[in-house]
Amino acid sequence: MLATIGATTINTLDALGAFSRFSWKTVAHMPAASMRRKDWKLLMPQFYLIGVRSVPVMVITGVFVGLVLAAQAVDQLRAAGLESRMGVLVNLSLVKELGPVLAGVMLAGRVGGALTAELGTMRVTEQLDALRVMGTDPVRYLVVPRVVACIVLAPLLTMYCNLMGSIGGWFVAVIVNHIPSEPYTYYTAEAIEKWDVYSGLAKSVVFGGLIGLISCFKGFTCRAGAEGVGRACTSAFVTSFIVILITDYFMLRLMQDMYNTIWGFKPLL
Amino acid sequence: MADKQNNPSDGNTPIIQLIDVHKRFGTHVVLDGVNLSIPEGQTLVIIGASGVGKSVLIKHIVGLLQPDSGQVYYRGQRVDGLSEKKFSKLRRNFGYLFQLSALFDSMTAGQNVAFPVEQASKKSRAEIDRLVATKLRLVGLDGVQHKMPTELSGGQKKRVALARAIALDPEVILYDEPTTGLDPVRADVINELILRLKNNLRVTSIVVTHDLSTVFKVADRVAMLMGGNFIFDGTPTELRESTEPRVQRFISGRASEEDLLELDGAA
Ligand SMILES: Nc1ncnc2c1ncn2[C@@H]1O[C@H](COP(=O)(O)OP(=O)(O)OP(=O)(O)O)[C@@H](O)[C@H]1O
Ligand SMILES: [Mg+2]
Repeated sequence: MLATIGATTINTLDALGAFSRFSWKTVAHMPAASMRRKDWKLLMPQFYLIGVRSVPVMVITGVFVGLVLAAQAVDQLRAAGLESRMGVLVNLSLVKELGPVLAGVMLAGRVGGALTAELGTMRVTEQLDALRVMGTDPVRYLVVPRVVACIVLAPLLTMYCNLMGSIGGWFVAVIVNHIPSEPYTYYTAEAIEKWDVYSGLAKSVVFGGLIGLISCFKGFTCRAGAEGVGRACTSAFVTSFIVILITDYFMLRLMQDMYNTIWGFKPLL
Repeated sequence: MADKQNNPSDGNTPIIQLIDVHKRFGTHVVLDGVNLSIPEGQTLVIIGASGVGKSVLIKHIVGLLQPDSGQVYYRGQRVDGLSEKKFSKLRRNFGYLFQLSALFDSMTAGQNVAFPVEQASKKSRAEIDRLVATKLRLVGLDGVQHKMPTELSGGQKKRVALARAIALDPEVILYDEPTTGLDPVRADVINELILRLKNNLRVTSIVVTHDLSTVFKVADRVAMLMGGNFIFDGTPTELRESTEPRVQRFISGRASEEDLLELDGAA
């Protein structure tokens, strides 16, 4: 029993160490890679696969989150006579929390799994070794463009998610429940600051980087065989998901502290 | 890199040398103090039962695996423990045919063969296309440039992978089972190709194989790996005349009593 706990701890620490080294190697390649035209060319297909192909998923996620948020809130707010403030509630939850987190989760599911499967298959079929033998660093050639694409695209996809969510919320409030549109948008604009939007997007940049790194790492370290690849994909998704939630909490605390130090506490009610 | 001048005893320095190389995975000892020295221009064939560690052994030569202990030299320069960056330059001198071909499945056959050339040099598109066609013709496959690896048979993949391995005209070629999965005629063509590369370009070759026709056709020297070490090292003629029972069994393809006992146990 104790031995098992000990072994698990050691394994986890080992994996963490390996992940840190992997991440560091990836980051260390970025400056040089940004100077090479050849490397820029590697980026475009990733933008397409990770970005363009994810838009439909983000749109659906965003719309429905907006619909659900508004539908949940409308009765309570109306009972309290606060329905004109509904936009504040819906949009603030969206840009600060739900947009970045759900976009991150969807990205982890749609893209993370695919990246792990692709790189994992390359590993078990010795394609990574083939790259190395031909003098090409697989981290530079495969990981850097994928992680960069995730970092750049996560905030863009989050913006899509935010936009669609706010349209969904507006639809439920104004069209379905006949709350006047004017005060809905007025109070929303009043309450939501640039800071709220940007802090949400800042989180999504971090989520994007983590999703890219975790998925690529899982692919690079996956065990032999189709089973190994499948397991690595599941593990990449679960790990990304948990890491997103944990990071979200700590970044939230950090952002709150920053905000309160700079501008002081601001009551919403 | 392969600077000849920092090597006074040039003619005698083996191009590849392994000294007391140990390697294990977990508790499973695969290489147990292997010594190997290959002079330039030699064709060494490594034989041995499935799973003894032939692939593991040749991966040490190009640094895909690092020894747990022991040393690996290339032209007198110690290469084990070299950083990936330094090794990657050195590796341009090597061609490596992977046992499972390891073609990039996101690229066409032609792009696969062109890949090492594009990575290593700044040749024009036309030059690269010509080179790719030449290399593919050598393996009897000119015209498959636009096929994806999934559209090729196992044997065709192997030959495209071989074309890719020789694309940069390397000084050392490592072949991991070049003829496995080919029909006998095709296999013989590959044997001829190995011979021709050796005779025309004086490449040093290390061939891992189960195929005795390859052994007797191309080998200058044969080594048999078993239990983590070489149990035979000599010429093909010596191999045929060897009285060592394990060698005998391997070349006549006869299972030992013990091997058959395993079968009975399983049934
Ligand atoms: N990366 C690895 N991790 C763990 N074990 C490994 C690894 N690579 C090889 N092995 C083990 O090392 C042993 C030797 O493998 P190797 O691939 O060298 O055999 P081989 O002689 O090439 O066999 P074959 O003729 O079937 O290709 C096997 O038992 C294999 O399970
Ligand atoms: Mg092998």
